[in-house]
Amino acid sequence: MLTVRIHGRGGQGVVTAAELLSTAAFADGKHALAFPSFGSERMGAPVMAFCRIDTQPIRTREAVTHPDVLIVQDPTLLHQVELFAGLSPDGYVLINSTFSLDELGIGEFLRSIPSDHVCVIPASDIGVKHMKRPIANTPLLGAFAAMTGVIALVSVQSAMRQKFTGSLGEANAAAAKDGYDYVLTCAVDERGDKHHARAN
Amino acid sequence: MFSHVRWMKGATNTMRAQIEGSQAVAEAVVLCRPEVIAAYPISPQTHIVERLSRMVKQGDAGRCQYLNVESEFGALSVLIGASATGARTYTATTSQGLLFMAEAVYNAAGLGLPIVMTIANRAVGAPINIWNDHSDSMALRDAGWIQLYAETNQEAADLHIQAFRLAEELSCPVMVCMDGYILTHAYEPIDLPDQSAVDSFLPPFSPVQVLDPSEPISIGAMVGPEAFTEVKYLAHRQHVRALTLLPEIAGAFEQHFHRGSGDLYRAYRMTDADTVVIALGSVIGTIKDAVDGLRDEGIAVGCVKIGCYRPFPAMQLRAVLEGISRVIIVEKDLAVGIGGIVSADVRMALNGLPIPVHTVIAGLGGRSISAESLKQVVRDACAEHLSEPYFLDLNLRVVDEELARRHEQRRAGPLAEQLIRAVNTIGTKVV
Repeated sequence: MLTVRIHGRGGQGVVTAAELLSTAAFADGKHALAFPSFGSERMGAPVMAFCRIDTQPIRTREAVTHPDVLIVQDPTLLHQVELFAGLSPDGYVLINSTFSLDELGIGEFLRSIPSDHVCVIPASDIGVKHMKRPIANTPLLGAFAAMTGVIALVSVQSAMRQKFTGSLGEANAAAAKDGYDYVLTCAVDERGDKHHARAN
Repeated sequence: MFSHVRWMKGATNTMRAQIEGSQAVAEAVVLCRPEVIAAYPISPQTHIVERLSRMVKQGDAGRCQYLNVESEFGALSVLIGASATGARTYTATTSQGLLFMAEAVYNAAGLGLPIVMTIANRAVGAPINIWNDHSDSMALRDAGWIQLYAETNQEAADLHIQAFRLAEELSCPVMVCMDGYILTHAYEPIDLPDQSAVDSFLPPFSPVQVLDPSEPISIGAMVGPEAFTEVKYLAHRQHVRALTLLPEIAGAFEQHFHRGSGDLYRAYRMTDADTVVIALGSVIGTIKDAVDGLRDEGIAVGCVKIGCYRPFPAMQLRAVLEGISRVIIVEKDLAVGIGGIVSADVRMALNGLPIPVHTVIAGLGGRSISAESLKQVVRDACAEHLSEPYFLDLNLRVVDEELARRHEQRRAGPLAEQLIRAVNTIGTKVV
């Protein structure tokens, strides 16, 4: 089983990200269970959402305390809540930011995790490029597909076209592709340098 | 069915999709051809009634009428009237909303009206808390409604189809209880049957009493001491008929839809089980994982899900539990001043048998119940190290600090605000 925890703020599509991840896994023929943990149900309040993906039916309903994958949609949360609690030592970390890990002040902290398991991606910039708004969740899901290889990009895109019809679905699918490509192109660079690249 | 969701061919007569529990329940309710829905939105029930109102507005719910009322009390009052005229009726609520409609809840049962209501289980304030536990439906467990509890969203959807049939055969209202957020907001694969399959399982509503201007009668007479006991006795007799009828309906459902759902109780790994964990609702999934883990350690443990809590299947549970060494009740509620609510009923069911019953209060106000904590509870119970009632994952440091502070200071201030300061967070970390 793969466990994913997504952190962000109310209004940023954190819950939708977990939903899309589960729909993509379903499209891939896997079992998936996604659910949120709301804060106080208001814009800007910290929000978490969880997704479990498995080849077997999923029974457990407990919150994800030991994520294999951590997705951080809002970097302002990095030092506010216990974001990295329970992260598996060989887990994956995806952070939406234009700064490097060291600039974010977590380079040393994440040193123990394999370098190709950590990626900072300018997801909000990608969102602006495709949707004229700093929507970070769909580029991050594309990046998730590239980094983990657990779900095919086409399944992620199909989940987005299903959720958002017409041009909005296409824009999200294109943003996911950019997120996917970003991870693949910067994967070989040394950590610290790769994170300055802009979306386009 | 929603156009934007990708449906795949499921088992016979079903379509399978990855959808939210609330959406699945709304779809299942519409498949039951309700005629009047009245509801007032409240988290975490909102997604169910939003979906239903949209389906009615778009003409996807036949001749159903949807009334957006001014309160929960209004919602159920509308349905009492509508049901009395012979309409199939539905509503959904939770927490403070259920308490606000409490007077009408008793009336619907007392009048024998087969209304179906979803409870998206949530804690009851104060302190205000929007997250899941069973305090709300437990508060009204003795109002005369049948109470069914769903383990999964598949079961939540299926239970609604069974609930209308059960309610209308007994002329008794039914609450379908599903865990707020944990189920209502979870996306998982769900099989939904097609309309013709539901139509052949659930016949049109044929009421036993109807308000009809052409044949006037009155419903809701005042009853004095000379007959009140007899009315209540007969209502009780009728209510407990569900203990016979529900297994028949669950059996018919399985035959019809090729999927087991509902029933009075369900047993898991009970062969040679020595210790049995009993619970209601979605935590059963996590308990099953814990049971498997403990079995690997060599501990002979099983679990029993109570699917129907009212009427209470006391004889059936007694039969399945006879001969085991201990029972652990994991309950998402607290009867302040005594402890467990479900535990008291199970103790009554086991009266005279030498089986200790341990009460574990867990998951209050949305606290996550982990398989690890559950496994430790079972180990502790087996070693007879469990205090009574046991509060799972209680933060003793915070409790002791607060007790000491209140000991020193009479004007210690409000408890809730003090504890928020002590843990320095609200709903933002996994606990």
